[in-house]
Amino acid sequence: MSRTDQTPSPDPVVPPGDRVILVAEKITKRFPGTVALDQVDFTVYAGAVNVLIGENGAGKSTLMKILAGVDRATSGRLLLDGSPVEFKSTREAAQAGIGIIFQELNLYPNLSIAENIFVARELTRGGVVQHRTQEQVTSELLNRLEQPLNPATLVRDLRMGQQQIVEIAKALSQNVRILIMDEPTSALTAAETEALFRIIADLRAHGVAIIYISHKLEELLTIGDYLTVLRDGKLAAASPARLVNIGWIIEKMVGRNVNAPRHRVQTQPAAADRPVLEVKNLSLPRAGGGFTLENVSLTLRRGEILAIFGLMGAGRTELFECLMGQHPEANGEIRLDNRKLRKETIRGRIDLGMMLVPEDRQRLGLVQKLSVAHNITLANLRRFMTSFWLSERRELLEINAMIRSLSIKTQNPQQPITSLSGGNQQKVVIAKSLLTEPQVLMLDEPTRGIDVGAKAEIFEIMNQLAEKGLAILFVSSELPEMFTIPDRVIVLSKGRVTGEFLHDKLTEEALVLAAGARPQTEHPMPAVSSK
Amino acid sequence: MPTTTLTSPPGPTGLHHSKPSGLSLGVLLFRLRALIALFVLLGIFSVLSPAFFTQQNLIILVGQTAINAIMAVGMTFVILTGGIDLSVGSTVGLAAMISGLLIDRGLAIPPLGVAVYFNIPAIIVLCLCLGLLVGAVNGILITRFNVAPFIATLGTLYIARGTAQLSNNGATFPNLVGKADLGNTGFPILGSGSILGIPIVIWIMFVFAGVAAFVAGKTPFGRQVYAVGGNERAAELSGIYVNRIKMSVYMICGLCASMTGLITASQLVAAHPAVGESYELNAIAAVVLGGTSLSGGRGAMWGTIVGALVIGVLTNGLVLLGVQEFWKKVITGLVIILAVVLDQLQERLQQRLALKRS
Repeated sequence: MSRTDQTPSPDPVVPPGDRVILVAEKITKRFPGTVALDQVDFTVYAGAVNVLIGENGAGKSTLMKILAGVDRATSGRLLLDGSPVEFKSTREAAQAGIGIIFQELNLYPNLSIAENIFVARELTRGGVVQHRTQEQVTSELLNRLEQPLNPATLVRDLRMGQQQIVEIAKALSQNVRILIMDEPTSALTAAETEALFRIIADLRAHGVAIIYISHKLEELLTIGDYLTVLRDGKLAAASPARLVNIGWIIEKMVGRNVNAPRHRVQTQPAAADRPVLEVKNLSLPRAGGGFTLENVSLTLRRGEILAIFGLMGAGRTELFECLMGQHPEANGEIRLDNRKLRKETIRGRIDLGMMLVPEDRQRLGLVQKLSVAHNITLANLRRFMTSFWLSERRELLEINAMIRSLSIKTQNPQQPITSLSGGNQQKVVIAKSLLTEPQVLMLDEPTRGIDVGAKAEIFEIMNQLAEKGLAILFVSSELPEMFTIPDRVIVLSKGRVTGEFLHDKLTEEALVLAAGARPQTEHPMPAVSSK
Repeated sequence: MPTTTLTSPPGPTGLHHSKPSGLSLGVLLFRLRALIALFVLLGIFSVLSPAFFTQQNLIILVGQTAINAIMAVGMTFVILTGGIDLSVGSTVGLAAMISGLLIDRGLAIPPLGVAVYFNIPAIIVLCLCLGLLVGAVNGILITRFNVAPFIATLGTLYIARGTAQLSNNGATFPNLVGKADLGNTGFPILGSGSILGIPIVIWIMFVFAGVAAFVAGKTPFGRQVYAVGGNERAAELSGIYVNRIKMSVYMICGLCASMTGLITASQLVAAHPAVGESYELNAIAAVVLGGTSLSGGRGAMWGTIVGALVIGVLTNGLVLLGVQEFWKKVITGLVIILAVVLDQLQERLQQRLALKRS
């Protein structure tokens, strides 16, 4: 059947001539009490970027772990070059030419780049590790990846983006035929992402099959050749990329039509309204010279949503940390409701009305061993006290109210928090913050690692909170988010404010330029708007 | 949109976690393993020794357990925060020696050339404060100077033991009955007296365990202890004073240890500088046997009491069967190792249940 006599449909036949290198046939994976994968078929084409999409919990990571030899399927089989294979370990998978780069990197921070790349495969002569040779090979790999780092650098001294490059180098050094990449660009700058795409194009040209998992839907359509969508552990759809669009992807992922988050009709805060938060010339010195934050100023009114855009390393998280009182060495003035903040503890700032939803919810936002309920009430236990003990009845009332108002999907609040999906866990952190009755709510990358459906819900929550009068600050690296939610966008670049834009004066070019501006050599973008 | 794949029946509010329906019975039994082990051991020893299941022996058994249980209650708080306190045994000895010193010699005030003799209640309060002090020292080392709990309490172990020995140059304080004209009689009542036929020691155990269970389960402090043990950084960002919590738990542990010291001295009616040596191991064993995780954040007070009873039953039963002292040590050691292995298994089970989300 040739291409031309088919009407384009979402699930067409594979065009002839594209070689299949790996087929996963009817893969099922059962865990006690749940089915993670249910008869999933997945076809991987050589010399192409095979994209795997799905919401959190859809089964993507489980499937990849089976392909990479980390886990074994309960039933089903894998066919590599047409012959059935079974991997009992990652080593066997690696020997077959399958490499995987996890989203949570698997590097040893206390070892050097070269040592990491050759871990368990050291180049030896007579039982002695040949460090110089290893470093030479490492340098070549790094240069190929356009990251001329010193191979003797310890991994813990590298930025997140650079660490990801090391992982890629490691996979490349093993001569992969199939390279699985799980959210590879989540921690990369725009420049590093471009470099990565060039490498992927290079690998493609050499016949390597890339399996690419990402939540960044526009990205997937740019570099993807074939798309496979998983939903709830089942195969939802598969198609060549050029035949579909984002709407199709979302529909297949979620099973319903999800609208882009609305930009709410702002109740313009009266100019006479005193700002609820004023930051004047905030500076945070960096150990070893220079500044992490330099003369940062901003104002925020009740009912406003202010976004802080910028690249990794711009100082956005540190700005939030200063607002929460975590950096007593910072200079400058912070006023909350016209009250000057001094060296309060975190508890002090929370009691005054500042609250933070941290970037890394696993490490900083949640206590994994506690239940959903106990995580929700953690930041304001005094609220539920009668005499000197906790009233579980009062707790449960407010917990259930939060679960309802934020639509947290949980069967029972006594469930362990770890049994919730990423999006619902994030809602729990937000619920916890709301119970402290903040005046200013700060959210650091609130939608990172969250599927499209939950992302929209979280933005809607932010809209509703602003409508009720809460002042919201949020940090994001995702350009599209700047156009829908915030009333104003501030751009931080290398610790300085390099742009401030009202919602209706926003352009992509202006944002991207401001984010990359180097204060020493270029003048920062003039503020396009006043206020 | 289909709901989460894990289903969980509503559990009693006392439980911190509920279970997927496919695994209910197995996981429940696993979590109650300490209680099951207790009943099994009771059964075995009742069968093997006719003298075991008598009122007299059971009272002795619980009385012996009480000493360890009181220490273990304090230790549970520490372990719940992810820490450990190796110094409790030495605190036992120190409290015993100081109580002996105060009864025997009183508090000497050289400038005035007199010695103050306190009555027994005052001595008890003073020694409990001593326990708080040792706990505070541990707490300061750990929170202010960032010394790892293992090392800090190991150091205090030696310092406290040394102080105990110094207090009477290595000698015992014998015959702590006190003198009527000094107003310090009645010490032996603490360790050997009874109320309503039940030894005072057992009453103390119930009071300590009851208060501790209440505090851990129903107060903000207790909740914060679990949070600090589960994820210190997240607890801090939720506004919890992590250092204060840590100080408190080590002080509580010191308090419980000094109570044990007083009871021991009272029961022996003498204070020996070696009292309490290696008591910390039994305390830690009771906590771990009871299902409290050594990494913190998970566990319950009632589990510790059950764990202490398991050790108590084992010890008592093996003695009644005439088993050699050395075998007792081997068996106790094996039980402790088994408890830690099962604890690790439980951690891995929790993780695997959580991983199903990916």
